[in-house]
Amino acid sequence: MNAESIGWWGVVIGILAGAVRGGTPFLLVSLGECLTEKSGKINLGLEGTLLVGAMTAYAVSYKTGNPWIGATAAAGAGAALGSIHAFLVSRPKVNDIAAGIAMLIFGSGLSFFLGKPFIQPSAPQLPGIPLGAWSSTPQIQAALKFSPLFFLGVVVAFAMHWFFRTTRWGMQVRAVGDSPAAARAMGISVGRTRFLSIVGGSALAGLGGAHLSLFYPGAWTEAISSGQGLMAVALVIFARWNPKHCLYASLVFGGAQAVGPSLQAVGISTGYYLWNASPYILTLAVMVLTCSPRRTLIGAPGALGSNA
Amino acid sequence: MLIPPPPARPSKPLPLELVNVTKRFGTFVANDNISLKVPPGTFHALLGENGAGKSTLVKCVMGFHQADEGNIVIDGHSRDIKSPYDAYQFGIGMVYQHFTLVPAMTVAENLVLSRPDTPGIINWKAEMERLRTFMKTAPFQVDLETPAAQLAAGQKQKVEILKQLYLDSKFLILDEPTSVLTPSEADEVLGLIKEKVNLGDFSVLLITHKFREIFGFCDEITVLRRGKFAGAGRVKDLTADDVAAMMMGGRRETKIVAKAARERGAPALELKGLCANKDNGVPAVADVNLTVHEGEVVGIAGVSGNGQRELVEVLAGQRPATSGEVRVHGEPYRATRKESNDHEVFLLPEEPLRNGCVPQMSVAENLALRSFDRAPMVRAGCLVSRGAIRKNGQELIGRYSIKTRSPETPIGELSGGNVQRAVLARELGSGTAKVLITANPCFGLDFAAVESIHAQITEARNRGVAVLLVSEDLDELLALADRLLVISHGEFVYETTPSNADIRTIGHHMAGH
Repeated sequence: MNAESIGWWGVVIGILAGAVRGGTPFLLVSLGECLTEKSGKINLGLEGTLLVGAMTAYAVSYKTGNPWIGATAAAGAGAALGSIHAFLVSRPKVNDIAAGIAMLIFGSGLSFFLGKPFIQPSAPQLPGIPLGAWSSTPQIQAALKFSPLFFLGVVVAFAMHWFFRTTRWGMQVRAVGDSPAAARAMGISVGRTRFLSIVGGSALAGLGGAHLSLFYPGAWTEAISSGQGLMAVALVIFARWNPKHCLYASLVFGGAQAVGPSLQAVGISTGYYLWNASPYILTLAVMVLTCSPRRTLIGAPGALGSNA
Repeated sequence: MLIPPPPARPSKPLPLELVNVTKRFGTFVANDNISLKVPPGTFHALLGENGAGKSTLVKCVMGFHQADEGNIVIDGHSRDIKSPYDAYQFGIGMVYQHFTLVPAMTVAENLVLSRPDTPGIINWKAEMERLRTFMKTAPFQVDLETPAAQLAAGQKQKVEILKQLYLDSKFLILDEPTSVLTPSEADEVLGLIKEKVNLGDFSVLLITHKFREIFGFCDEITVLRRGKFAGAGRVKDLTADDVAAMMMGGRRETKIVAKAARERGAPALELKGLCANKDNGVPAVADVNLTVHEGEVVGIAGVSGNGQRELVEVLAGQRPATSGEVRVHGEPYRATRKESNDHEVFLLPEEPLRNGCVPQMSVAENLALRSFDRAPMVRAGCLVSRGAIRKNGQELIGRYSIKTRSPETPIGELSGGNVQRAVLARELGSGTAKVLITANPCFGLDFAAVESIHAQITEARNRGVAVLLVSEDLDELLALADRLLVISHGEFVYETTPSNADIRTIGHHMAGH
């Protein structure tokens, strides 16, 4: 079989595989944001965390020769950035949005600054998990090679859903995010819960960065994240703060990202850049459709973004 | 001296005694040398006006604050209570004035989460089993699967009390627990607790200012005034006048303004088929029709959460009506600034800091919010005169005795009663009001402030102002209103006049039967 013979199937498979490949950073970042927002704080800096994660993963993988150490370091770097944000927003009268934007700029600046020497060399990549062995077509085999971090993300999505419903710590996070006053009355430490949620969420976002630089696209460049960290915030709203829905929403966003390249692969390049803009258009559409001044969002943590 | 450790969660209430407790915040003395004693199995009331120090005192018992001097003696030994968890270990639990339920969680989740010994991983099947067993012996029933946000205020209050029973607390501190209940609900809840107290299962320390609760349920009282001990005694040895004298310190300055007999005037405020939604898009006010005439106070009674808030917000221009219309003096009224100025419609909202003030702006600026864009505060067409704002502010601050450091202090720093007074000064100070819409104007205020606000409302009515008074306080409504409507599930279900009113019938309609 040759490339032409898959034809339009190639587009479908391309979009499906792209949904998984391109959706993984969305998934990890949105899960991180979901955890953070469930505790009542917003972290817009996850875009910066994503970049720092990508840079750290690549650099550490290059230096140590082991991509797994790179991915772990990315999570650690994410957690470190998260702890700065968590400290900032725990101060009275500090606004999460402003602190988040500052962290976004800080994170991207930091990764560009430290990442300069790693743009050229090539670092060992995370091994893909092949699910296309049933097919003899190399394109299908290549398309169905998935990132191990995607499977990690799926596990985390279901685990987080379970965590929020059936563990005391998960319920404490929800209580803190929905009504800090009630949480305090129950003897829950609001500050500590939020700190840990923000740090944990940022570590997940750092892992999302590792997927970018160590799997797909699989190199370190400064344009690697292209706003995915910010889109993930919109995605959490779309997913109504439900980790399982974050998974589905990430796949939709990832798929939208893959439409342009998949069409180009079969020779359709009309509107290539327009198709590439589809995740952004989707973000806007989600915001317009789901937000109304006439009612509050169902599922939104009650104290989200407040300084209570 | 060796202090024996507390028994592992007492199975009976322990005797509790406060000895010479003093608590200061900076130079301010919130509690000055207070002593009180609650023997096991008694119902003790803690009384006092707003700011008398009742909440601070019980927060010392609960471990939110540490007393600067004095002792908290439990079971004969002085104890150090550093956190609510320590209080829990002594079997002490508190029902707060503000709800402490997590709105997005179900009743079951709220109850389970409140237990300090909940395991890390929750076996929901076993927990639900345990909760159902508990509910069989509980004095009131609430559906376990309902999210707390969907409960009415009365049900929430019941869940708060159930939570303490579920935690197996033996010493209950109740902070004005009946403020959101109908009179019959309040009697039911306190009656069931009283039965348990009589059996010796509980001790209760009840913070209240309602005399019917003191004389209906309590054994002993302690009264605080401005942070100091002002009296104590057994309820059966006291009269209402004795208690009032202890609370007020013998002074009763404000005169009660009598309602002048007058003919009902022309219709001033009319609501026709008005509907409005809650924040989440669910209907809150359903097809409401009402006319308020000049020189008439129409009271709206109801348990909170039955559409009163949404109704007032529509009249205030804070919420769009989904259908129907409002007319003032016969003309359509959409609560724009121009319309409210032209028709002299004034508003005393509940939570005035949120609904009627800009917290960061100064007292003087807030007092000018009604008039800053008109002469004499505007000169040369568009320049606002700061001098005129300050002068107006100083005048109103003096006339309404608003306690503030200066007219330039941000209004958010004032106490609740003074914020309420400032809004009242702004809305009624000019004396030109034709229509007054007010919601829970006295919520959380002390005796003196309540009497002064009631006097202002009655005076306004006597001047010919049409007053719509939405309140959860039946006594207030019966004292002020000429006509009384009961709202339930967003509809008016009953109408009466205070002279013909029967509290039981009103309570029945409030409860939605």
